[in-house]
Amino acid sequence: MEIQVEHYLIISTIMLCAGIYGFLVRKNTLAMLISVELILNAADINFAVFNKFLFPNQLEGHFFTLFAIGIVAAETAVAIAIIINIYRNIQTLNVDKMDKLKH
Amino acid sequence: MEYTLIILLLPAIMFLFLGLAGHKLKHKVAGLFGTISLGLVTCLSYFTAWEYFTSPRVNGVFEKIIPFNFEWLSFSEALHVDIGILLDPISVMMLIVISTVSLMVHIYSLGYMHGEKGFQRYYAFLSLFTFSMLGLVVATNIFQTYIFWELVGVSSYLLIGFYYTKPSAIAASKKAFIVTRFADLGFLIGILVLSFYSQTFSFVELMNGSSDAILTGAATQTFLGIGVLSWALGLMFIGAAGKSAMFPLHIWLPDAMEGPTPVSALIHAATMVVAGVYLVARMFYLYIGFAPGVLEIIAIVGAFTSLFSAIIACVQTDIKRVLAFSTISQIGFMMVALGVCTGMDSHEGLGYMASMFHLFTHAMFKALLFLGAGSIIHAVHSNEMKDMGGLRKFMPITHITFLIACLAIAGIPPFSGFFSKDEILAAAFKFNPAMGWTMTVIAGLTAFYMFRLYFNIFWGKEAKHHHTPHESPLTITIPLIILAIVTIFGGFIPFGHFITSDGLLYNIHLDPQVAITSVVVAVLSIAIATIFYKNKEQKIPAMLGEKLSGLHKAATKKFYIDEVYQFITHRIIFACISTPIAWFDRHIVDGFMNLMASSTQSLSYSIRKFQSGHVQQYAFVFLLGIIFIIGLILLVI
Repeated sequence: MEIQVEHYLIISTIMLCAGIYGFLVRKNTLAMLISVELILNAADINFAVFNKFLFPNQLEGHFFTLFAIGIVAAETAVAIAIIINIYRNIQTLNVDKMDKLKH
Repeated sequence: MEYTLIILLLPAIMFLFLGLAGHKLKHKVAGLFGTISLGLVTCLSYFTAWEYFTSPRVNGVFEKIIPFNFEWLSFSEALHVDIGILLDPISVMMLIVISTVSLMVHIYSLGYMHGEKGFQRYYAFLSLFTFSMLGLVVATNIFQTYIFWELVGVSSYLLIGFYYTKPSAIAASKKAFIVTRFADLGFLIGILVLSFYSQTFSFVELMNGSSDAILTGAATQTFLGIGVLSWALGLMFIGAAGKSAMFPLHIWLPDAMEGPTPVSALIHAATMVVAGVYLVARMFYLYIGFAPGVLEIIAIVGAFTSLFSAIIACVQTDIKRVLAFSTISQIGFMMVALGVCTGMDSHEGLGYMASMFHLFTHAMFKALLFLGAGSIIHAVHSNEMKDMGGLRKFMPITHITFLIACLAIAGIPPFSGFFSKDEILAAAFKFNPAMGWTMTVIAGLTAFYMFRLYFNIFWGKEAKHHHTPHESPLTITIPLIILAIVTIFGGFIPFGHFITSDGLLYNIHLDPQVAITSVVVAVLSIAIATIFYKNKEQKIPAMLGEKLSGLHKAATKKFYIDEVYQFITHRIIFACISTPIAWFDRHIVDGFMNLMASSTQSLSYSIRKFQSGHVQQYAFVFLLGIIFIIGLILLVI
């Protein structure tokens, strides 16, 4: 059976939903960060898939994917730095405890 | 005569100088600065008077001169407030009175206030007062009068409260300021009403007949059944009554005696308190021409005040308060004299001349009495009669000068008070015999209480003194002697040659019947006072006091007028009007604002829950929002 565009999209949709779900319910900050990665990767897959199936002679989608991966790497570095600092200050990664700045 | 401007400016400059730089000067230097500048002012005033009264008469009248005038505020073409100097017989006479008494007080204070804290401030305030009072009398228009009228009020307030660490002095200064300020409201409304109808503030324009047509037209208009001009002039009289301590606005004057004694002599006996009389005299042309009814009210108020305060003066024991009530009584005499006039010519307007004459002589002998009282207080350190007695041996100069002043105020010839009081009595008899007899009785009472005071201080039982009283220093006795000389000879001034209601020359002639009656009454009163108070044991007054205990007690308490004011202000105005208004303000107005604030606050509190600090909640709401927006877009498409 040939792999159709729908199959890719189903996977990316599952990844997106899993990411959103994870972001909303996981209490560990690192797990939330991983969930964010999932969402972004789902988007990356969509870019690559649409490029391959709709415009096979062009490369914009691929480039955009690579560009997004680079940005995500940087973002992850910053996020982890923040998380480490938070851990040093409050000795926990539980996101429910991080409510000191609410008012 | 432009140099008259210096008369006005010199005290003003001295006030600024002593007020700003005084604390750097030594006491003596500051005092000398004030006194010398006032000496110059006095010389200039005398020179002005000499030049003015020797200048030729025009149509038999001394011309009104305006040596200096500039427009200060312009409301409309016709209505503008000027600041200037108007010289006419009464203002020149007042210049002399004010500068003389003020100079005496300046010299006197060098001795009396010696070593007091705030000596420089005292002289600065004296200069301010002199400036304001001079500005008041030379005003060219009613508005300038009003401005300086308030200025004398302020300087009086400052000087009454000179001993600002003493609670009674502070209370007295506030009382004086508030009561006169309250009366000045009437004055201001009167000015506005009058100028609204006459379209001018200027005295000259009001008095020289050029406004008569307008005023006659205005006189036909009425408000509540009374002519508008009567309203205006009546309201002005309320202002005058406040300043001149007429019943029922007299309550501030006795309390004002809390100030230093020389201040009482200058402000609360000789000059400021006669400002009301001066104002009525200034507007006399209008009173006679357009509101004769108001003049009658003035006469009645004056007579009643005079009688009322003379009775109180008979029982007071604080010597300064006796003098204060006697001042009120004598100002009542002046008001009566103005009130009993029926026309402008010299005979019908005899009271006008008499009033001004009495103002002049009274200023001199009352200043003398107060300064004498100050000299006594300086010696025995008390205001109470019981701490005095038998002082004639210790203080001969004060004794003699005080006696001269007492004889003058009692109306014994040849002292000055006799002549002026006699003119007032003659005018009163001409108006109405009942008024004449009332005033004669009051004159008798005056003689009685003055000699009660005299005997209690200088004769009677000797009080125990901490140290033997001694005569005051020269700075105190010299003003006493000068004023005593003026008091002895002042009555011989041919006053009718200078000041009369119509400005024409008038020869004062004593009405023998009136003169003899008043002298007999005065001598009888003095005799009674002698029997009552000369002895060491004062049995008769004590017995009388017991028999008429009700009257005696009421008079001692000043007929409960202060209590009535207290009742009206506290129980009626404060309790029935102010408290409900304050409640309304605090509960309704403030309550409405508080309700708005608190409802906003509670709303914010309920919204605040949304900001929980839980990132995942935010993300969830964010997600819901996105779903909602996508749903909306899908629906629309």
